[in-house]
Amino acid sequence: MIKSHGFAPWLAVWQRNFLVWKKLAAPSLLGNLADPMLYMLGLGYGLGGLLHDVNGVPYLHFLAAGTLCYSVMNSATFETLYSAFSRMHVQKTWEAILNTPLNLRDVLLGEWLWAASKSLLSGVAILLVIWALGLYADFALTLALLPVIVLTGLCFAGLGLAVNAVSPNYDFFLYYFTLAITPMVLLGGVFYPASALPGWLAAVAAWLPLTHAIELARPLLLGQWPDSVVLHVAVLLGYGLAGWASGLRWTQRRLLR
Amino acid sequence: MSVPLELTGLLKCYAGQAVVDGLDLRLAPGRCHGLLGPNGAGKTTTLRLALGLIAPDAGQVRLLGHDLPDAAATARARVGVVPQNDSLDPDFTVRENLRVYGRYFGLPRAFIDARIPDLLAFAGLESKADAPIASLSGGMKRRLTLARALINDPELIFLDEPTTGLDPQARHLIWQGLRRLLAQGKTLLLTTHFMDEAERLCDVITVIDHGRRIAEDSPRALIAAHVEAQVVEVFGEGALAWKPEAQRHCQRCEAAGETLFCYTDTPQPLLAALEVAAADAGLRYLQRPANLEDVFLKLTGRDLRD
Repeated sequence: MIKSHGFAPWLAVWQRNFLVWKKLAAPSLLGNLADPMLYMLGLGYGLGGLLHDVNGVPYLHFLAAGTLCYSVMNSATFETLYSAFSRMHVQKTWEAILNTPLNLRDVLLGEWLWAASKSLLSGVAILLVIWALGLYADFALTLALLPVIVLTGLCFAGLGLAVNAVSPNYDFFLYYFTLAITPMVLLGGVFYPASALPGWLAAVAAWLPLTHAIELARPLLLGQWPDSVVLHVAVLLGYGLAGWASGLRWTQRRLLR
Repeated sequence: MSVPLELTGLLKCYAGQAVVDGLDLRLAPGRCHGLLGPNGAGKTTTLRLALGLIAPDAGQVRLLGHDLPDAAATARARVGVVPQNDSLDPDFTVRENLRVYGRYFGLPRAFIDARIPDLLAFAGLESKADAPIASLSGGMKRRLTLARALINDPELIFLDEPTTGLDPQARHLIWQGLRRLLAQGKTLLLTTHFMDEAERLCDVITVIDHGRRIAEDSPRALIAAHVEAQVVEVFGEGALAWKPEAQRHCQRCEAAGETLFCYTDTPQPLLAALEVAAADAGLRYLQRPANLEDVFLKLTGRDLRD
């Protein structure tokens, strides 16, 4: 009999996804970068030209933090919805893995950390552009964006896995985009300060995780340490962990009944 | 050698309905054990319970000396599984599929890479090592799935309908592979809907229906115990109308579709009667020895299970 050496089982799942990604790295990175860049530069210069400064900075600078968080959210969401669904439901990759010593917890942990890793890459790609264009006030503070990106990735990857677990098909994801992602993009402060919203809408926005990611990221780019860091971190972590735990439970119910 | 798999009083219910209902099963080491049953008889659920993927409502599973589901991961490290559905990774080549699957067992890279040439040779896929999965035929995919199940050099291999959807040539290649595994001393647990496959490969067959074991023995002994030695199949336009006459010459006569199955230990009188009546009554017929399919149909009935 072969002796298995000590290893983290989830890492085998992470590595599997990494190997697939490596094959398509160039188009994947381009896709991650192109969409948010068009938003940021198109709106930043185009709309920014019509606007006075927003909160005392040029609109493009203001938009950078929103674009960064939005891009991380999108990357984690697409990976845990469409890609994970293909592996779970269409390709039966997870079922094949479950016949090995790995269990579903290992699979979902690997998927969660993989999606967060992939969104970290998207975030860093945007950050490189932000650095290159000089859209920041204090370079040292922008380094604190890295943990914000990781946290945002974990948050939306966890939520995505929960949605994935209950989806009968790809079309179902539209509900999540319409009811959760789009409101977050429009109310969470990507394009304008959340303070511009009337009270009741601001109250809704305060419940959305993207709002909290942006509340952390924007001051860091504009040269200030954010307010209420603990609250924002707790909200992102809470959504991420709750999403992941529900995702695990619901996927167990789906595949292992 | 110890018992590779032992199921005792296994019970699994869904929505109050027992899918596996007090099932006992004991595999002998180094043998091929067939698990036969109509659709919905509980075969796949039994395999999932035996692998520790799901927990039984009652009863015990002992897999390679470990109590499941608690020690499932440890036990599965020495088990290979060929699932019913194709689950090869379409994003990888043949070689990468084997390599990535080996990692799920925590096997060292050097061990996996040293093993891959043997597995490719076993599956007859040496020339396809770097081919994408989409370029493989159905038979090649099944052979690769079998090779993938061997990456951890398992003692026990679960095969859930390994040849469904394959042409006869491809099936023979799979059978050849399975016989080589038996020659190496591996234990096989096989589910199949092909009775010739079970008859050919299995040392012992358990027939289950409604989650219960209804018969268990070697294929030869099952045939001897449950059905008459010879079968005369009568078909053609007038076959069903001829049933009363057929019944006078055989021990048991069943109609299925437009065919009469006449079971008898002494077929001569029936054949003589058919020779006289065939032309006028619009009958055609053939005589053959009874086989496992006759046993299966007798035990589980001819009704369609959907």
